[in-house]
Amino acid sequence: MLGRSLREVSAALKQGQITPTELCQKCLSLIKKTKFLNAYITVSEEVALKQAEESEKRYKNGQSLGDLDGIPIAVKDNFSTSGIETTCASNMLKGYIPPYNATVVQKLLDQGALLMGKTNLDEFAMGSGSTDGVFGPVKNPWSYSKQYREKRKQNPHSENEDSDWLITGGSSGGSAAAVSAFTCYAALGSDTGGSTRNPAAHCGLVGFKPSYGLVSRHGLIPLVNSMDVPGILTRCVDDAAIVLGALAGPDPRDSTTVHEPINKPFMLPSLADVSKLCIGIPKEYLVPELSSEVQSLWSKAADLFESEGAKVIEVSLPHTSYSIVCYHVLCTSEVASNMARFDGLQYGHRCDIDVSTEAMYAATRREGFNDVVRGRILSGNFFLLKENYENYFVKAQKVRRLIANDFVNAFNSGVDVLLTPTTLSEAVPYLEFIKEDNRTRSAQDDIFTQAVNMAVSIPVALSNQGLPIGLQFIGRAFCDQQLLTVAKWFEKQVQFPVIQLQELMDDCSAVLENEKLASVSLKQ
Amino acid sequence: MAAPMLRWGCRGRRWAFARVDGGSCHRRGAPTGSTSNQIRGESSVAQQPLHTAQKTRKGEHKWAAVVGLEIHAQISSNSKLFSGSQVRFSAPPNSLVSFFDASLPGTLPVLNRRCVEAAVMTGLALNCHINKKSLFDRKHYFYADLPAGYQITQQRLPIAVNGSLIYGVCAGKKQSQVIPKTVRIKQIQLEQDSGKSLHDNLRSQTLIDLNRAGVGLLEVVLEPDMSCGEEAATAVRELQLILQALGTSQANMAEGQLRVDANISVHHPGEPLGVRTEVKNLNSIRFLAKAIDYEIQRQINELENGGEILNETRSFHHKLGCTMSMRDKEGKQDYRFMPEPNLPPLVLYDATSLPAGADPQQVINIDQIRETLPELPSVTREKLVQQYGMLLEHSFTLLNEVGLLEFFQNVIKETRAEPKKVTSWVLNTFLGYLKQQNLAVSESPVTPSALAELLDLLDSRTISSSAAKQVMDVKNRNPRAINKLIGLVRKATQSRADPVMIKEILEKKLSL
Repeated sequence: MLGRSLREVSAALKQGQITPTELCQKCLSLIKKTKFLNAYITVSEEVALKQAEESEKRYKNGQSLGDLDGIPIAVKDNFSTSGIETTCASNMLKGYIPPYNATVVQKLLDQGALLMGKTNLDEFAMGSGSTDGVFGPVKNPWSYSKQYREKRKQNPHSENEDSDWLITGGSSGGSAAAVSAFTCYAALGSDTGGSTRNPAAHCGLVGFKPSYGLVSRHGLIPLVNSMDVPGILTRCVDDAAIVLGALAGPDPRDSTTVHEPINKPFMLPSLADVSKLCIGIPKEYLVPELSSEVQSLWSKAADLFESEGAKVIEVSLPHTSYSIVCYHVLCTSEVASNMARFDGLQYGHRCDIDVSTEAMYAATRREGFNDVVRGRILSGNFFLLKENYENYFVKAQKVRRLIANDFVNAFNSGVDVLLTPTTLSEAVPYLEFIKEDNRTRSAQDDIFTQAVNMAVSIPVALSNQGLPIGLQFIGRAFCDQQLLTVAKWFEKQVQFPVIQLQELMDDCSAVLENEKLASVSLKQ
Repeated sequence: MAAPMLRWGCRGRRWAFARVDGGSCHRRGAPTGSTSNQIRGESSVAQQPLHTAQKTRKGEHKWAAVVGLEIHAQISSNSKLFSGSQVRFSAPPNSLVSFFDASLPGTLPVLNRRCVEAAVMTGLALNCHINKKSLFDRKHYFYADLPAGYQITQQRLPIAVNGSLIYGVCAGKKQSQVIPKTVRIKQIQLEQDSGKSLHDNLRSQTLIDLNRAGVGLLEVVLEPDMSCGEEAATAVRELQLILQALGTSQANMAEGQLRVDANISVHHPGEPLGVRTEVKNLNSIRFLAKAIDYEIQRQINELENGGEILNETRSFHHKLGCTMSMRDKEGKQDYRFMPEPNLPPLVLYDATSLPAGADPQQVINIDQIRETLPELPSVTREKLVQQYGMLLEHSFTLLNEVGLLEFFQNVIKETRAEPKKVTSWVLNTFLGYLKQQNLAVSESPVTPSALAELLDLLDSRTISSSAAKQVMDVKNRNPRAINKLIGLVRKATQSRADPVMIKEILEKKLSL
């Protein structure tokens, strides 16, 4: 049962094959078993069981709230949850219990979803590995998969197994690990420059960043307000569409949500053929750092579309190379501003120093934030100084407009969807990852995802090492349904293999019942 | 101190135009009588910088003062600028604080329509150009009563710009001349108020009250077109009347609904402007005038003694009557302005740009607001002049004294007496008594009907003018008037009646 998709388990609940409480308990037990992954910061066991009980009553009374009723979900620990600690993986917010729910959390609960817990991340979502949070790094479940282990046995150079675990990518690595290890059926991440799509690619999941303005940010503790979007992590595209259907829509508490009525629910048609589609391949995304495996899968995917009748053309996004530096200026500036409220006065960490208010601020912030956060605050404040504002912030805003126009121009030239890699390569071992600092890593890892408004990463195939590789589909803003429809067609063609975690879950035989064999369609 | 020297230029004028604080030092020596004799040949003062007449010992240069104002008016609205919390003065501390006001992480601002309408209304009344598109910015500084670490304001593109405020300064050889003066309005911007810090020095604690945090403010920036405390005070008083007439702010300075910062510099005419200082937190119109005049003289003295003026923030100490450097520890602040990313541009419409079929609840129509503008004080005054043939300066006094216009209109309604007589009685006799006893119009023991009846008796020549004045005295519980009556009774009874009893009976008869 645990290995099923959200849609499948939802059907099972409706048919009474399993009760919400049974499902909840299975997930809780798996959460305990996979505790070493460090996917969760807080497991909200009592809350989840109580919600399950209520859901069960509704099912008994034939008053199910819909597809999400009784479905275990997890939420990244930068979304406010009423009565449940919300830390952003930072000392600064350890012990902080918000008095309100983020709109997206409330919407999921209103649909009957069960909140299993709050998932791990890089501190304040600043990172691309889920390695830089105060609660320690998240381990990629694929490190323990049969597929990866078998490949490693073949490799004579493989080192000590236990120290060789892989990162999940980030910053929503906890959410990705939680879904990937079957501890829940969907999870909320947040995506600013790739924080949902990147770990989705590394963990073999669907990672979706909806259009900015489609989903409320109210209650999401911000990284970059002008780019943050609540992200969705699921095992398949249809599941992402179900969750999007529950979340999308205007929110009077978030003035940046759009008011146009939207088609609900986001039911995805099954495309019979793709002959009317035009797929764009941005030539600037073919960078030297791209691993040959990813490059090869990317071109096979393009071939697949072409062989099925789609028009595949090369497009140019000429300002791509500026996106990382542009993002750096805008991101750090907003970070500097957003972090100003953490002063120890009203909530969160407060130091013991009380000589003066200023001394208290300084010590509180030094103790509360890690180096990455402090570094970004420092650079952001530099860019916002009166003497630097025009040369950095305003210039970066102009460059952002040019980059955004690149996409608009591509779509206006007749392209429906852009096809790109999500990451340069598959997940790397933790020990490898930490050889570079957070900033270098973020710049490399988010190279394809940073400048993008609405996009989805789809798992495509396993690498030679037995690890997932994802490709990204980028759509026109507010054409989320069209994008997911194309992604769903693609997903069906590639038949990405299910992660095999028998060793982890030897008593959860249910997983095996739904196991699919690796497809050969895109295998190298 | 040099400040008193400045008084000559302003004496008497404030009486008519700027006095709002209850007891005024200018009442001394001229409590009653006609307002007109308060004004002595001051056209040169009103027209030119105040300090031209102040030749120094060196006597070589004249000084001109330049004064600009930043005025913060709390918007009169039920809820705050970006949150649903109530706005109420003197509520228990921290009882009007939403999650957003307390800057809980993840909360977002939602713009209050009423505040936008108030800003548009005020902009229109002050002849501003209303920007169809305006933007919000964050202004950063760390302070305990600013929980987010930044204030949301409109630095780059405010809601209203390029307006003007016309106010009247009294002058002329004839006592009756009111000279209109214009101060340009640079801009009006919407912004958040901060909370309040209460410092407990004994326990070295600071207590924070966030009730005020996030209340909507209109920041009105007046260009440096003024040249003395009196002009600034009169301009602020006019603005206060306009805001109150519009209902966009209660503009009560004592309750902090209107706060003024003044930028002041001095220079020699024809030369570049001098270094300016900012005098902060002026919480009454009287102190505003005093502080500005003090600061002008301080700068002149400083420069004439070879000193220099520092670009600094100063505060006015009303007990000492002087300004003092606030000595900001951090020195010059860099506010690191940044666009507020959580608020889309504020777009306003007019009749021509209004999209067809737009939901009136979702859009703000400037033309519609223009149609609902109430009568402004300048128009009210014109009407008074035309309708009752009073002097313009009298109309100023009627509007400046809280409640006096209404009192006047009620008397007019009920009496047969000529308007000119009513004007004279209300402004001279009645107001004179109030001033003498330091009473507000609302505290007056004389009702409009009583005065109307008295004027009727006067009009029908039933009583003489001096008798009428005596009646006023009695009605106002003037002890001298009562004593005079007691004296008359004692005389008539040949001193046989008990004075205490006479007083009791008289008071009863007079229903005092």
